[in-house]
Amino acid sequence: MNIQDIRKQFPILDQEVNGKPLVYLDSAATSQKPVQVIETLERYYREYNSNVHRGVHTLGTKATDAYEGAREKVRKFINAKSIQEIIFTRGTTTALNTVAASYAAANLKEGDEIVISYMEHHSNIIPWQQVAKRTGAQLKYLPLQEDGTISLDDVRATVTSNTKIVSIMQVSNVLGVINPIKEIAQIAHENGAIMVVDGAQSAPHMKIDVQDLNCDFLAFSGHKMCGPTGIGVLYGKKHLLENMEPIEFGGEMIDFVELYDSTWKELPWKFEGGTPIIAGAVGLGAAIDFLNEIGLDQIAEHEQKLAAYALEKMAKIEGIQIYGPLDPAKRAGVVTFNIQDVHPHDVATVLDAEGIAVRAGHHCAQPLMRWLKATATARASFYLYNTEEDIDKLVEGLVKTKEYFSDVF
Amino acid sequence: MSSNNLDQLYRQVIMDHYKNPRNRGILEDGNLTIDMNNPTCGDRIRLTIKVEDGIVSDAKFEGEGCSISMSSASMMTQAIKGKKIDDALKLSKIFSDMMQGKEYDDDIDLGDIEALSGVSKFPARIKCATLAWKAMEKGLKEEEKH
Repeated sequence: MNIQDIRKQFPILDQEVNGKPLVYLDSAATSQKPVQVIETLERYYREYNSNVHRGVHTLGTKATDAYEGAREKVRKFINAKSIQEIIFTRGTTTALNTVAASYAAANLKEGDEIVISYMEHHSNIIPWQQVAKRTGAQLKYLPLQEDGTISLDDVRATVTSNTKIVSIMQVSNVLGVINPIKEIAQIAHENGAIMVVDGAQSAPHMKIDVQDLNCDFLAFSGHKMCGPTGIGVLYGKKHLLENMEPIEFGGEMIDFVELYDSTWKELPWKFEGGTPIIAGAVGLGAAIDFLNEIGLDQIAEHEQKLAAYALEKMAKIEGIQIYGPLDPAKRAGVVTFNIQDVHPHDVATVLDAEGIAVRAGHHCAQPLMRWLKATATARASFYLYNTEEDIDKLVEGLVKTKEYFSDVF
Repeated sequence: MSSNNLDQLYRQVIMDHYKNPRNRGILEDGNLTIDMNNPTCGDRIRLTIKVEDGIVSDAKFEGEGCSISMSSASMMTQAIKGKKIDDALKLSKIFSDMMQGKEYDDDIDLGDIEALSGVSKFPARIKCATLAWKAMEKGLKEEEKH
């Protein structure tokens, strides 16, 4: 894996920001796009843009082939059994909301439990809050260990025979923790619950095999894995999806429409009401080809190395607090931190003046922020195009930030 | 480091208000309490104001946030104390214009607040600076209706 060759395929990285070469460390928010994806989108709009599943004409067939071809790429990417289990959505949020609004709303009753954890992103909290309110089910939170990891003993203690749904993120967007999804899924199943996985931060960075994990649903977004914004995936086991009602109704998803009732198309199309996200899906397909060419295992290894390097270098900065486990083997390429006496917004502004892009704020995880006893944090996140040099610049920038804020007084 | 730009943002007087905030706390005898937060970043403020005979006789703030939001809150409370509701709201309008980089009424002595004018060059930080002012505006506009 030659990083310099990879970087050349991301045209956006080759620019100066505030007079300094861009150091992009915000891939957990959204990744940059390789030229293959950009050109695929352009080619789609220039050469065969058409609506899918309806036209007899040639372009319509081409667009349909590309759209459904992307579905097959996604199926292979996560090793699903069939394309019927792959639903294109707007992103992880829509995918999780679909499970909550369709599966959960129909299957939960008073006294049932939904189990999530304190580290979840808002998109894996609020849909469950809402469906809990509507059905009378109870929402329960898995506690976290001191270092921010989940212990299987806690899972066993929290998940009961009343639990119907367990929904956990595979990789934390704040702590970088990699959760033991396969083991949690097994505990969920032993208690008769289904396992939902928020894969927004894992799908871009590691090989996922839904059959091996034995999860019932998996949600992820294209834009965090080199694909375009506005496209995501809901994977669901066929027997569950078959018994679920669509949540969006209209064109594209119907079989017969009578005056007062209608029937739905078969899977997966019954969940894709309206003109689908054609360009987005085709672009996601190109992103998957790109990632496969490099290899998910290589990408994961590279990021782990970067995380280890960053943890080592950053820990040496005086007055820094790093959140989550310090053992690089337990985490992905996300390092969240605070600098003593400097608010993360101010950190991010000073770094930006150095051309370094990091995220500052609550990272859409307010319950986790309260658990960390922080109102906000700064976060650097790495992807396949980042280098140790990027991290050196970050560390240099952080040292300067500290100096700057002690100087101005 | 390219600190010239940064120096426009982090002026000495701003850092002074951040480190030594004026009017920090809760007014026990205030008649207006306004809570406001910035959901995108987690900054939050509780502003308490005492209005007597149409005049802001006292104001205090409590909250958490970055140097820009907290110093702006400190300066705002300092600036509105002793002002008529009308004049405080006028000041808020001037501040809002300043943040948007518009021409603003410079007949009025803005004192420390002028130091925040550099924020307009940092679009991502404007919301930090305006949080406390929005809270003040909301509270005083309510009060004005009575």
